[in-house]
Amino acid sequence: MGVSGTYDRGRELFVEDPIRAVIIVVAVVLVLDGVRQLAVGATQFSELGVMLKDGLMRGLFFGLAGIGLSMTYSILNFANFSHGDLITGGAFGGMIATYVIAGGFGSEGDIGSLMLLGSGATAIALALVIDRLVYKPIRDRSGITLLITSIGVAFTLRYLILFVFDGSRRGVTQSGAIPTVDIPAIDGTVSLNLHELSLVVVAVGLMAGLHFLLQRTKLGKAMRAMSDNEDLARITGIPTERIVTYTWIIGAGLAGVAGYMFVIWNGTLHWFQGWILLLPIFAAVILGGIGSIYGAILGGLVIGLTMSISIMWLPSGLTRAAAFFIMIVVLLVRPQGIFAGRATA
Amino acid sequence: MSDASAAADGDAPDADESDNGSFTLWDQDAVKLTTLVIGLFALYLLGGYLLGYGTRQQLASIGQLSVLIGVFAMLALALNLHWGYTGLFNIGIIGFMAIGIYATAVLSKGAATAEPAAGSTGGFGLPLWMGIIGGVIAAAIFGGLVALPALRLRADYFAIVTVGISEIVRFTLLETEIQKVQIAGYWTGLGGGSGLILDFDPTDRFLEAFGLMDAYIGFSDTLGEQLGVGSNPKPIFDTLLYGLILFVFLIGFYMLLQRTGNSPYGRVLKAIREDEEATKSLGKDTNRFKIKGFMLGCALMGLAGILFYAEQGAITPDAFRPRLTFYVWIALIIGGAGSNTGSVAGGAVFAAFLFRGPIFFKNIVQNTFDSLDAPSTFGQAVSPITGADPIPLVAYTIDNMGQLQLVLMGIVLIYLMHNRPEGMFGHRKEPASPIRLQDRTQPKPAASAAATDGGRDQGGTDDE
Repeated sequence: MGVSGTYDRGRELFVEDPIRAVIIVVAVVLVLDGVRQLAVGATQFSELGVMLKDGLMRGLFFGLAGIGLSMTYSILNFANFSHGDLITGGAFGGMIATYVIAGGFGSEGDIGSLMLLGSGATAIALALVIDRLVYKPIRDRSGITLLITSIGVAFTLRYLILFVFDGSRRGVTQSGAIPTVDIPAIDGTVSLNLHELSLVVVAVGLMAGLHFLLQRTKLGKAMRAMSDNEDLARITGIPTERIVTYTWIIGAGLAGVAGYMFVIWNGTLHWFQGWILLLPIFAAVILGGIGSIYGAILGGLVIGLTMSISIMWLPSGLTRAAAFFIMIVVLLVRPQGIFAGRATA
Repeated sequence: MSDASAAADGDAPDADESDNGSFTLWDQDAVKLTTLVIGLFALYLLGGYLLGYGTRQQLASIGQLSVLIGVFAMLALALNLHWGYTGLFNIGIIGFMAIGIYATAVLSKGAATAEPAAGSTGGFGLPLWMGIIGGVIAAAIFGGLVALPALRLRADYFAIVTVGISEIVRFTLLETEIQKVQIAGYWTGLGGGSGLILDFDPTDRFLEAFGLMDAYIGFSDTLGEQLGVGSNPKPIFDTLLYGLILFVFLIGFYMLLQRTGNSPYGRVLKAIREDEEATKSLGKDTNRFKIKGFMLGCALMGLAGILFYAEQGAITPDAFRPRLTFYVWIALIIGGAGSNTGSVAGGAVFAAFLFRGPIFFKNIVQNTFDSLDAPSTFGQAVSPITGADPIPLVAYTIDNMGQLQLVLMGIVLIYLMHNRPEGMFGHRKEPASPIRLQDRTQPKPAASAAATDGGRDQGGTDDE
């Protein structure tokens, strides 16, 4: 090995894969510049800490919401453009549940967990009804047909939500009254509030539960088999339609809960929230590798962190553009994603 | 792009022109389309009559409808080149339209050499026709930049990349740092969130370019008086004239794409759509064909975007949300992907029934029932249902027709994908040969095949 070996490998990379080489160079430059900004004091450590925390929150949300998208993508073989509106639907369902429960039992009751159930249940119910009416009759068509159909579903759902709940952006949390702890950073503090903490707990808990489900249960095995090869799965006696139903239940449930946690974290709720979040979620799923749950989680974290950290170099209006840009670059360099070839594992 | 149009101007004879004799009049696509458009106009005139519109309102309504038909038909045609012919799943249409109109705006807005007041910017002060050409070229180049890397991707990834790029375009237009910049002494910029005022009127510029302004004003005054349009008839006739100009452009689009589709170049595109591997194995450089096809389509989308927004007087980034992309998709799917005639028909039907229709219907209902007081929220609208009083809900529904219209579009899209994915005119049998194979008696085919690619550098394009 030694220097010459490293040099040779470096030269090979540049000659054989110039795009990847350029990306590596850009990444190294950005990291060095980040270190410089910290050293000079252009960015404070506490600011970086806040960015990292925000990125983590966003990333966990993208990961949680992305799992469902990834599952439908690999098991039903289409990019579901109505996934974002399932998220919005779940969030509104959670809001209604809160409203009803707080009205019925007083706001002191332990309504948080019930609201979570409400949002998940709403999204699941929506997804199952839509699957029954829309996707089931055309299950055997091509992925593109299903994709276009899902755009129609997205339109219908989004504007029905607008029709029923009007276009206002409503604040749903009581700001200021949330318990908060300050975590000391080198030159300041990073505050963490209860909503953020609950987002972390819920997301990590659900992800761990899903891991257990997929790896240890018969249902999980059947799901993995189906995403690998549907015909083969059917031949071995796996009830594919029932697995599809479970896929929707799990995917939509996670989407609804994710939507609800996002609203809690973000504090506002409006009718096209899910649509705006859909593209970064797609980015996360593609980045991780379609069909891979861990890929979706990891991709979500990368996209989330990119969106919040890119503000060190980019004007704030372009952070979302940066996330899409990362997605495009990944598609070009590694279209199979980071966790390629491990379907739903 | 230039190669493509060169091929389009090539010797491939138009299927319709080759033997008129053996067809009835109805088989002519042009006849079908004209009948459709006239029928739609008649329907709107009837609706206007029911509303008690005067001549002025009727003319305005027809003018607006023809502008919309023209724009959506043009966009559907351009998309048909991408999706129907080449199989490129482009859902970033609005991004290319935005590039087109913003480039035109920057080039053709009045020049400002001193720093303009806050919230306004200037341009380079070029004539509008140069701005339009610049906008079209900008859209084509941007399309090429997108296509170069993205064409390697699967159709669904390509879709996600294009919609991502159209959003990147919108975020960039919103950016405050390039809201106002000074380039070579000129103050210009993209206007950020407040957008750009378009200080040119395309209809006026068109008339001035041909020196017809005075004649036009005189003409519209006299005609307006005769028809009883009322005072200031010019805006009404402007819209009508603009609709007419758009129809001329539409015919141009149609002829260009019809030619392209029938040319050897277009046949390679169709072959790529059916089976890219097989086309590659025949020695075609499919990537080059796809990039050219994509750039041509993007240029046309840019032009359609320019024609659509130039007339509106101002543009803001908010207008360039992905919604419009999906409108065009619905139009294309209604008409039938793969058919130029279908694209035009789909654009017309979409504009008349789905885009303008519900609002028109709302006007009719609200005019008929004056006393219809719509509740302001859904809750107030629904609660009387328990008392068997559906009127508030109906009133609320009518009042919020603008939102339900999009629900309706979604349902139409789902319905079409279920029951008629080929649309009105899709999957028609197209002869693989540009000449009619039945006419074997003519000794032409061999000579024609040789002439088709003779002398044209089409990267090894040839006939079957």
